[in-house]
Amino acid sequence: MNKFGPKWELFFVFFKIGAFTFGGGYAMIPLIQKEVVEKKKWICSADMVDILAISQSFPGAVAINTATIVGYRMGRYAGAICATLGVVLPSFIIITLIGTVFTRILDVGAVRAALRGIGACVVSLLMVAAVRVARGAIKGVLSILVAAGALLLIFWANLHPIYAILMGIGAGLAAYGFNLIKGGKQ
Amino acid sequence: MIYLNLFAAFFKIGLFSFGGGYGMIPLIERELAAYNWLTAEQFVQVISVSEMTPGPIAVNSATLVGYRTAGIFGGAVATLGVTLPSLILVLATSHFLYRFKRHPLVQNILMGIKPVVLALIFAAVLFVAQNTLFLGSMNSISALVYQLDPFAAAIMLVSALCLFVFKVNPIIMILASGAAGVALYYMGYM
Repeated sequence: MNKFGPKWELFFVFFKIGAFTFGGGYAMIPLIQKEVVEKKKWICSADMVDILAISQSFPGAVAINTATIVGYRMGRYAGAICATLGVVLPSFIIITLIGTVFTRILDVGAVRAALRGIGACVVSLLMVAAVRVARGAIKGVLSILVAAGALLLIFWANLHPIYAILMGIGAGLAAYGFNLIKGGKQ
Repeated sequence: MIYLNLFAAFFKIGLFSFGGGYGMIPLIERELAAYNWLTAEQFVQVISVSEMTPGPIAVNSATLVGYRTAGIFGGAVATLGVTLPSLILVLATSHFLYRFKRHPLVQNILMGIKPVVLALIFAAVLFVAQNTLFLGSMNSISALVYQLDPFAAAIMLVSALCLFVFKVNPIIMILASGAAGVALYYMGYM
């Protein structure tokens, strides 16, 4: 730990990760691994795999979950808060700065055209994310039906996404109950 | 009151979104429409800016929605709202965090949630496509063909090709697409 103390170091490491990774939370994962496992040697790589799996199964942003878990492990509650603040603050500062300029230049035609071009690219980026998620989510016919049904309900029947998530949780609970009654091995 | 509404909306979004920022897009869109905070076009601009700035998409979009709705303090409460559920849940479960993942109940629930998350990301694809590739709404198939913006569609197809086949770095693709938009604007096409 450096001269600023462990809490500050947690803050700085996650601040750096938050400030320099483009492409969202999943793009941060290799950087977090590099800093926390290789450089700082705070957590061994096997434990880090566990932490990443847990942070992806919790609700919320993956980057925030990872920062909170690593922070908690290194310095309990204060550590968790320092690491989380560190990963969130760069976004907050950068976006607020952009926001002040952004709202003023939005009337410029070229800026709108640039954002429209980027929007078209975002469609492709989202498709890349969909393919990545599909690899873990699609296991058999039932999961395809759930995904297609949920999409129909959300996009065309205007079902609130929260209810769709609750239905997914319900389906999971039903599968668990079914397996318990059957007495089958999980 | 707007600050309280922003905080509550983003707390709800943070609590019910799984699989990161992309799955949040339909949730945020629903809240924006319910409160009349931003139009669909403005929200797509927010997503675009969130993609091209460093940091988690979830935090970037929360901050920008909050900022555009109610200034700096609005950005702060929205960011706090989207962050707190993670912090609270992780800290509340810290004692059994490492057993959590392996518990069959948790695994079953996650297997149920994952296809829904996939549907949410597809809904996000359709939402952003609707507001960038088409000049009108996607209400009828015939209107859809007439109102397709061929230039935006071309940018989408080229970027999809580059991302899927040639594995081009996403940030380079974003910059190139923005540049293409500007070029098309000066040629009078966008």
